[in-house]
Order: sequence, then structure tokens, then C-alpha cells
Amino acid sequence: MQPILPSPSRERDGAPILEVRDLRVEFPTRRGTLRALDGVSFSIMPGEVLGVVGESGAGKSMTGAAIIGLLEPPGRIAGGQILLHGRRIDNLRYEAMRKIRGKEIGAIFQDPLTTLNPLYTVGDQLVETMLTHLPIGAAEARKRAIGWLEMVGIPAAAQRVDSYPHEFSGGMRQRVVIALALCAEPRMVVADEPTTALDVSIQAQIIALLKTLAREKGMAMMLVTHDMGVIAETADRVAVMYAGRIAEIGPVRSVVKAPRHPYSEGLMASIPPLDRKVDHLAQIEGAMPRLSAIPPGCAFNPRCPHVFDRCRVERPELLETTATRAACWLYDPASAKQAPEALRHG
Amino acid sequence: MFAFILSRILQAIPVMLVVAFISFAMFAYVGDPVSIMLGQDFTEAQRQALIAGLGLDQPFFVQFAKFIGNAVQGEFGLSYRLSRPVAELIGERAPATLELAFCAAGIALVVGVAMGVYTGLYRNSWLSRALLTFSLVGVSLPPFLIGILLILVFSVWLGWLPSFGRGDVVQLGWWSTGFLTWSGLKALVLPSITLGLFQLTLIMRLVRAEMLEVLRTDYIKFARARGLSNRAVNFGHALKNTLVPVITIAGLQLGGIIAFAIVTETVFQWPGMGLLFIQSVSAADIPVMAAYLMLIALVFVTINLAVDLLYYAVDPRLRIGRGQGH
Repeated sequence: MQPILPSPSRERDGAPILEVRDLRVEFPTRRGTLRALDGVSFSIMPGEVLGVVGESGAGKSMTGAAIIGLLEPPGRIAGGQILLHGRRIDNLRYEAMRKIRGKEIGAIFQDPLTTLNPLYTVGDQLVETMLTHLPIGAAEARKRAIGWLEMVGIPAAAQRVDSYPHEFSGGMRQRVVIALALCAEPRMVVADEPTTALDVSIQAQIIALLKTLAREKGMAMMLVTHDMGVIAETADRVAVMYAGRIAEIGPVRSVVKAPRHPYSEGLMASIPPLDRKVDHLAQIEGAMPRLSAIPPGCAFNPRCPHVFDRCRVERPELLETTATRAACWLYDPASAKQAPEALRHG
Repeated sequence: MFAFILSRILQAIPVMLVVAFISFAMFAYVGDPVSIMLGQDFTEAQRQALIAGLGLDQPFFVQFAKFIGNAVQGEFGLSYRLSRPVAELIGERAPATLELAFCAAGIALVVGVAMGVYTGLYRNSWLSRALLTFSLVGVSLPPFLIGILLILVFSVWLGWLPSFGRGDVVQLGWWSTGFLTWSGLKALVLPSITLGLFQLTLIMRLVRAEMLEVLRTDYIKFARARGLSNRAVNFGHALKNTLVPVITIAGLQLGGIIAFAIVTETVFQWPGMGLLFIQSVSAADIPVMAAYLMLIALVFVTINLAVDLLYYAVDPRLRIGRGQGH
């Protein structure tokens, strides 16, 4: 099997590894079509980590599933494009997409306790993955399997390669999952909540490991999580998602320290500060709307403290702010005048 | 591993003892063998001689101990009906039943698993729906009716297959086999289908349910996310994970096939142990019934042991003694 990606040397500087353009995912249901993702656009550069945050159901994991071509039916990509190394992959047939999965896009899942097949040794699972994608023999694959286990920090890898998943701890299993996701050397990795199911003390290790591997191998990574600590630690840029759309996207420092979208502002304010005592945490009033009941205009308008007339009618696209881009009418010069009080507040 | 097998064998001993006790109790409570064997004309001296000869004048526990001792050596005495050693009678009949059970179990397993996998993978195709409907028929129709219907269609109307008997058999030592002649093979078809159909549909529905369950798991999604081929995912990863419950049910069903071949053997006049058992029941031939009961219990105990060993082979989580949990 010939790798489709160009070699790193030939790759133009500044060309993104992954580009998502105006992605729309729909679920046909008995009561009409639900739009789970709407107009999602972003790109990820080589060596870059894009964090994707948001509440449950905001569409974070759905975006990841759409990229690896494994949306749960009846969900389907209804519009937009996904480009890997400049080549469209959203319209590929199952078999063509299968050859890309694992080989060019690795995926890391949330719960390491259920992600590994209990009936095969970790070595068998690594070897199977490599033999599927790489032009190597069984002996070479086994050698590499041991190498990968060492690389992800499993002690005595040469012995552990013949162990079954249940013989590893949760953190060790997530290391195995990472080795499995990376063993066919993809340049793009989708990590869906890779630390959520782990002990806090293990989380930091796994994040450090992912970060090191991404940097060493020049991989682009999409890191889906609802843990702002993980994002601040790992990501270069952050996309904040709300009700199937990107609310704000920008460099991690700007989004965390100086968020522009009222929703990101609320999200960041709800992180407990470490340096002082607070009586109670800030929270955003209300709840994210269900997909079947997204309000007209800006989806956040019923909960927004700065809401004004235009927000209830017209849906904002991503607009330039100082350092980030935010989907909020406060940053459109044409309508900002209508919300003087909001601007004063901001 | 050895300790595990040993402990399982030790656990099987009480089971066998209880069955032996029930078998033995039949001698005391079902019919009067002496009057059956003597017929109409006999003297009191003949009667006493027979009672002493059969050991019926001895105390209960002595008789039971003797019964166990003989049973362990495969010695179950004389058939009341045929006046021949029971072991010999069963030995003659066992190959017929075992070959029939083997074919029925083979059909049930191979076709059942294949159909289960298919209906699990393509649950919305018309063929899956047709198979599911068919499986309802298989589960709900009693075997004797299926047997009679098959005879009607394939023997009476079409005339393709024989309606009764084993056809020509070949003796291999004490084992008589129908596998080596054309008429023997033809004779196996209808009874095997009749006997295996219920198990086939059961296994199919079980495999289908397990496949649907397993295909939803994270490790299957992860296997797909790693870009493994469909065949590797469906058969290497999914099917293997459905095997533990399937082995359990299939094992018990195999025992059931051997034990309950009675109906099928009666319908097809199949010269096996089941037919022998039915004839023995109507003649109150206790030694044969007792031996049959013990034999079936032994079959079940053996199959259970085999099933436990297969768990070991399939699921590494059950192998103890190395590594540790989390």
C-alpha cells in the first residue's frame, strides 16, 4: 500500500495537515432532521495541537468522529469538506477511508478499559495494526511493537508485549492505546477525551506523553476534552464549541486569559482559581439547547448576558476580534453600536 | 491447569452419585423385574433362585454399593427384556446415536453461527429478516412434526431420501458407521436436520444477539478506527468475543441433542440408544433405563468440563496465576 501523504520534505511550509471547511453533520430522525454540526471550520498545522472544548453534546466528539469517517449511523456528513493534506476525505468510500484510518489519521478514545480487545495480547493488536498498514513482515512488526511500548513508557516492554489488556492498569492501557493509534505513523491524531477516564495523577503523565510524541513526530493533533486544565497545558490553539458550532477559536493564551465570546467568557469564569478563595463558582445560567430546539439567531442568545436584538434574529459567523475569532455580533462594527451597554460591560 | 481439571472431576463425582442413586432407586420402585423375567409358568424355587441370582435379597446399601461398583466398570447387568448384557446392547446402539448427534450438532453449529453472524452484521437486509422468521418456525415447531414434514416432502413426494433406518453400515471393529456408504449418508440427512434444527435456530439467535452487543463496544470502534479490514473486525475481533456465551449454550445443547434424540429416533426408526430407551421404558426394562440415565449424566458432565476448558482457551481473563488486575 502506497502512503498517500507527501513526504515531510516536499510539504509546503505552512500547509495545514487537516482542514475542515463548513462541516455540517445531520441526523435524520422521525421528527425531522437534526443538525448536530453546522458550519464548523478549522485547520491544524503540522506539530500543532488544537484543543476542542465545550459542554457535553456541543459536537466535540462528533467532529472527531466525522473526521475519522466513523459517524454513528444514521448520522451523516450533509455538507462541507474535510481535507487531509489538501485532499478531500469526507466523500471517500468505506474501503478507501479504512486505509486512511490508522495509517494517516490515528484515533485515541476515552476509556482505555474498554478500548482494547480483551482476547488479544497488546502485542498482537499492535502487530495486526502495523501489518494492515505498513509494508513490513511479522518479525519486524513485533520488533516495532516492543519499540512502541517502550516509547509510550511501558516498563519491561519486551516481556509485556505478550500480556493481555487486563494485565495492565488503566493508565498503562491508555499508553497502549496511544501506541496503537500511532504505530502506523499517522501525521494526524484525533484524541477524544484521552484523559477523562483516568486518575488525576495519571492524566498529567498521559498529556505529557501525547505532547512529547506530537512534537517529536511533527504530528497535528485534535484534542477533544472538557477539561480546561488539559487544554491550557497542551493545546496551541483552542476551539470553543457550542450547540454544534464553533463559538470562538484562537491561540490558547488569548482564549483562556481574554476570551471574547460571552460563552467562552462564562466557561473560563467557571474554572476555580487556584490563587484565591472563592465562595462559589461562577456559572452560566440555563443549559445548552437540545439539537431539536436551537433558537433562531445566535444559539447562545437565551443565556447571553449581553444579548441584543440582532442576536435573536441573525446568526453570527466567526468575526475577527483582537486575538481570536468569535461568532458574536459584539464584534461586528455594524451592530456593536446597538449594544452600548454590553460593550461597557465587556 | 491440572488442578483445575482435577477439581472439576471431583465436583462431578457427587453429581454422578446422585444420578446413580436415582437410577438405582428405579429398581426398587418401578415394576417387578422378577415376575417380568419369569413369565407365566414358574416354581417358587425358580423364583427364589432368580431373586438370589439378581442379588435382590441383599440389604439396600449393599445392593447400591454393588451397583456403583459394577457401574464404574461399565457393568449394568442383564436386560430384562432381551436377556443380554446391557453394556453390549448400549455398545451396539451408541454409534448410531453418536453419529446422528455429531451430524446434527455440526449442522447446528456451522449453519447457526454463519446465519447468526450474517443476521448480526446485516440486520436490515431482507435475507436477515427471512432468516429470523424462519428461525421462529424452527424454535416453535416440535421436532416430531418437522421430522414428519421432512419425510413427507423428501421421501414421499420427491423420493430423494430414505424415510427410516440407517441405510447400509460398515463395521469398524465394534463401531458401526454409516459415514462410509452412500445410503448411510443419505439416511443421515433428514434425521440430522430434524434433530439439529432447534439448536440451529437457538445458536443463530444467540450469535446474532451477541454480535449486535459486541459490535457496539468501544474495542470494535477502536479496531475500525485503526483501519483494520472488515473481515478482521467482524470475525477476528467481534465473533471471537461472542464465543464464550455461544460455547456455553452450544455445549449444553450438544448434551441435549444426545439425550433427547429419542423423539427423532422414534420418528425415523433410527436404531440408536434413544429408540432402545423407549422400547425399554415400555417393557419396564430397568437395567437398560438405569444405564442410559447414567450414560447421559456422564455425557453432560464431560461436556461441561470441555466447555470450561474451552473458556480457558478463548478468554485470557479466566486464566489465573499470572499478571494482575488493575
